[in-house]
Amino acid sequence: MNKVNATLKRVRELARPDRVFDFMVPQESPVDTRHGPILYLEDVSVSFDGFKAINNLNLTIDDGELRCIIGPNGAGKTTMMDIITGKTRPDSGQAWFGSRHNLLSLSEPEIARLGIGRKFQKPTVFEALSVFENLELAMAGDKRVWATFTARLNSESRGRIDEVLDTIGLAQEYRRPAGVLSHGQKQWLEIGMLLMQRPRLLLVDEPVAGMTEQEMQRTAELLTRLAGQQSVVVVEHDMGFVRSIARTVTVLHQGSVLAEGSMDEVSNDPKVVEVYLGAPQEEMA
Amino acid sequence: MISRQLIHTFFSVLLLLGMALSLAAHAEDSADASQAKQLLEALDVRSYDAKGEAIKQLAQSDLPQKGEWLEALRDGRLQRQKDGGRFVIVESDQGREWPIKDAISGEELGTATRRDLDKVRINNQLRSQLQGLAATADLDSPDTGRREAAAKRLIGEVDETTADSVAVRLEQETDGDVKARLRTALGLYRLEQGEADAIDTLRGSLDPAVRNALRPIAAGDGPLADEARTALNGIEQKLKFNRWLQTLYFGISMGSVLVLAAIGLAITFGVMGVINMAHGELIMLGAYTTFVIQQLLPGQPGLALGLSIPAGFLVAAAFGIAIERGVIRFLKGRPLETLLATFGISLILQQLVRSVFSPLNRSVVTPDWLQGSLVINDALALTLNRLAVIVFCLIVFTALMIIMRRTRLGLEVRAVTQNRTMARAMGVKAARVDILTFGLGSGIAGLAGVALSQLTNVGPNMGQSYIIDSFMVVVFGGVGNLWGTLVAGMSLGIVNQVIEPWAGAVLAKILVLAFIILFIQKRPRGLFPQKGRAAE
Amino acid sequence: MMQDVQTTSLFKERSTLLVLGALLVVTVAVTLANLLPQGHPLYVSTFTVSLLGKYLCYALLAVALDLVWGYLGILSLGHGAFFALGGYAMGMYLMRQIGARGVYGNPELPDFMVFLNWHELPWYWHGFSSFPFAMAMVLLVPGALAFVFGWLAFRSRVSGVYFSIITQALTYALMLAFYRNEMGFGGNNGLTDFKEILGADVWAEDTRRTMFIASSVALAAGYLICRAITRSRLGRLCVAVRDSEARTRFIGYRVEHVKLAVFVVSAMLAGVAGALYVPQVGIINPDQFSPLFSIELVVWVALGGRATLYGAIIGALVVNYLKTVFTGVMPEAWLFALGGLFVLVTVALPKGIAGLLRFRQGQARTAASRQEAKA
Repeated sequence: MNKVNATLKRVRELARPDRVFDFMVPQESPVDTRHGPILYLEDVSVSFDGFKAINNLNLTIDDGELRCIIGPNGAGKTTMMDIITGKTRPDSGQAWFGSRHNLLSLSEPEIARLGIGRKFQKPTVFEALSVFENLELAMAGDKRVWATFTARLNSESRGRIDEVLDTIGLAQEYRRPAGVLSHGQKQWLEIGMLLMQRPRLLLVDEPVAGMTEQEMQRTAELLTRLAGQQSVVVVEHDMGFVRSIARTVTVLHQGSVLAEGSMDEVSNDPKVVEVYLGAPQEEMA
Repeated sequence: MISRQLIHTFFSVLLLLGMALSLAAHAEDSADASQAKQLLEALDVRSYDAKGEAIKQLAQSDLPQKGEWLEALRDGRLQRQKDGGRFVIVESDQGREWPIKDAISGEELGTATRRDLDKVRINNQLRSQLQGLAATADLDSPDTGRREAAAKRLIGEVDETTADSVAVRLEQETDGDVKARLRTALGLYRLEQGEADAIDTLRGSLDPAVRNALRPIAAGDGPLADEARTALNGIEQKLKFNRWLQTLYFGISMGSVLVLAAIGLAITFGVMGVINMAHGELIMLGAYTTFVIQQLLPGQPGLALGLSIPAGFLVAAAFGIAIERGVIRFLKGRPLETLLATFGISLILQQLVRSVFSPLNRSVVTPDWLQGSLVINDALALTLNRLAVIVFCLIVFTALMIIMRRTRLGLEVRAVTQNRTMARAMGVKAARVDILTFGLGSGIAGLAGVALSQLTNVGPNMGQSYIIDSFMVVVFGGVGNLWGTLVAGMSLGIVNQVIEPWAGAVLAKILVLAFIILFIQKRPRGLFPQKGRAAE
Repeated sequence: MMQDVQTTSLFKERSTLLVLGALLVVTVAVTLANLLPQGHPLYVSTFTVSLLGKYLCYALLAVALDLVWGYLGILSLGHGAFFALGGYAMGMYLMRQIGARGVYGNPELPDFMVFLNWHELPWYWHGFSSFPFAMAMVLLVPGALAFVFGWLAFRSRVSGVYFSIITQALTYALMLAFYRNEMGFGGNNGLTDFKEILGADVWAEDTRRTMFIASSVALAAGYLICRAITRSRLGRLCVAVRDSEARTRFIGYRVEHVKLAVFVVSAMLAGVAGALYVPQVGIINPDQFSPLFSIELVVWVALGGRATLYGAIIGALVVNYLKTVFTGVMPEAWLFALGGLFVLVTVALPKGIAGLLRFRQGQARTAASRQEAKA
């Protein structure tokens, strides 16, 4: 009888839902930024059917920096984000997150868990779920299947969700399905979902496309507030918006960096002016 | 407008194609009947000397029937009806009722008994004269085909009475094929006589008689046996090669069927992105169109088949367009729902055919000119109906390629599928393009049905058996790529035929399915994927 | 402020209580009615009891499919294969129970093997004379197939219609394979002529009633498992995967693991449904693998209403009742009706019967709240 009990006890111990097997703990090491930038791209190239979308691109982002990336259509902005987040593999070059993580050897979820959050060009939120549930799913934590099945909301995570709801200004909307939100609200919700992951680096693709003047202003405030706690990279077409938030601007052209500097330096660079000649001049001025 | 013209052209091509195929040549001049009659009369005389003279004359004439007559005379089967005096050939003298046919016209005359007929008699001397003559009679015919047939008959039949004349013929013969047969016939005779160098002349011959003659010799000992063994090995090698060609041919023909069935799907699924599970039933409708037209034109299967090509296209296209307008357009952007709805339609069409025709399979007559086979050599014969399907498949594929690549319709289709809103803004009538494209894809399914009716029976379930295969071909080849569909269909057909001999038909099919399922896991975009951001 | 999210327990949920309650009432009522003497106006024949048992198995199968299709957005056109595999595992157990009572009286080999002149039991038939082993296989065989197939497919991101088509090819290939006599599963005829289950006569009224109750319990358990998943965070994650797979991946979830886990659970439930179905129907043959059966069960779920679970149960019962009626009265009309149902549901009734119910409920609720506002 004792023997049986002992065995049972051992089985129970093994089956304990909160037990974490050593071999299943991911080998996560903190992002090491002591020796340099948080993101480091070197000589990255990728081509689709002979078209060079990215051509020997070099880019470094410092910890806590807010960087704007501009460039005409087809300059390779979205492809660059695809490479950083693991969606597209480059033909050559290197991509490092901190000095420890080689992004080119990691999958999309692994990169996301390391702390790179990405907002898509088109707002993508889970339309059938409520705002609250959207944030709940995005919350940092154990995201394996069984853990997700047994997960319960505790007061700490509720507090965290409340906090983000306040940050993105959707506290009143938390019960509504995300599908019924306005375009601007969806953009904020998506940023909120990124914040729930406690990211180190936020990649934001065209956050103000299709927004009203007022919404744009709130977005600018939101992004400026976020920088400092985490690094933020914003890809944007709207020059007014870029001017309102930018500290450093990088201009991409034909898949490589054309110019880098403050907004004033960049807009007076003759190479940049030439590239943008087809575009309305007042936008650059 | 231009696209309408093109569709007209497409139809005209189809129609012409059908008519050309149905105009089979039946022209064969009947021999000079009076001359034939004279020669026969000369045989039916009392004097054996006169008979001998008449036989010589007959052998020297260029009548097409002479070989048959001489043979019949030798065997006592050339007889004369007591009533009316017509010369007949007894086809078999077993039993009481003998089937007979007219000696001159070859017309079947039913049966007759011994009492109705008089035999044209011969004696022993004439018989030995006939022996050689009958066998070699056709060897001097001006027609190469007849000479070859005669030479083939001689294989294994040469004896001392004919050997010399065969050798003479061989010297005179100009045609390569006939020569080869004569050499084989003579070689076999000389082998029987124990001449060692005869084996040399038999090398490489695919005639089964040669193998039968060589095998006992090869089983023995001595230099002759060694010779025979190497000759036999060479023949086996050649046979193997020919069997391999035969497998390849069956594979290509099966591949053509797959391509025909899948190519319409490559348009509707690959190019338009619409999942049409009723595609197989559109194939079935094409096949039933052939069946119906044949019922309407009894006795003219060739013409019916020719007409079925445009008709099958139109019927299937009409049904396809009705499906597109009636159901699919309400389900744009919801592929899974489209899949289910069109599956429902496929059930309805199946039951419709079952109710209108019958749940049983119907057979469609193959016209004469598609029966038989093209004989390459003794080990390789290409069946004509399969050959026709291969050619038909290539024609349809080429026509489709031209439409998609070179015409306004093709351009508009590609524009609409890549960016619907933009294409509409540029003045393309998207709905009209949808109708035309879907009609085209469905019509081609109908053509596949017409072709299939020449290979298998037509039945309500025939569509079902092709739908999974067709999807596999399209996905395997790479969605949206017509070349991919061609390559995928052909290679799957060939692989299937290669596996079949040792795995059996069903297991071969299972293996091919399993292979594709695994392949898609490895390369989800197929053999020839579309690349870049547009493919996302 | 967030109290209303996920506070009620599974067993206090209204929809769950309704489903379990309805199931309990039907099971008890039918069982009691079957116990009445024949000729009593409320008597339900044993044939009907088994028919209802069969419907309940179908309902469990539909719930399993709804879990992957409705919530995860994966349309499997091969779920019939998992059902059939579970059925074959049960069938093999039942065949072994026949013993020497077969036509040929061979104590070791089933009749069809004697007929095929086999002298030895194939290795994969060993162990099936044990009920626990067979039941383990009912879960493991469909589960293993789903695991291997799903692992390959989800890892290489085969999704949407492509996944549907290859699942259809899968069940088609299995059907062809099971038709072969050499496979050792009875070929065309499948497995039949069962005698005993757990020592009880398969055809006895008591056994039939018990199997009916077992089906009902299995359906309830299956529903609870699925409902537990769908109302957990994992369930919300499934919906997230359905709506935007890429987003889910970018917030750090291994989408392929989620899909694989749910797909395997669903396949196992389908296997259980198949295992309960076989003794009640008395036969399992390769037709159960036919693509038509698999796609037919999709329409049960579609008609009932996707992503509701209870809708799948309603759909399975309604369509199968219709099928029984139609095939009895005018068999040739059934395919017309089924085909029409496919078109109707997809074009006109995308949310199914459950959608209609909810719509009525919603209307009633807004009317009530308007009343309140006025008062």
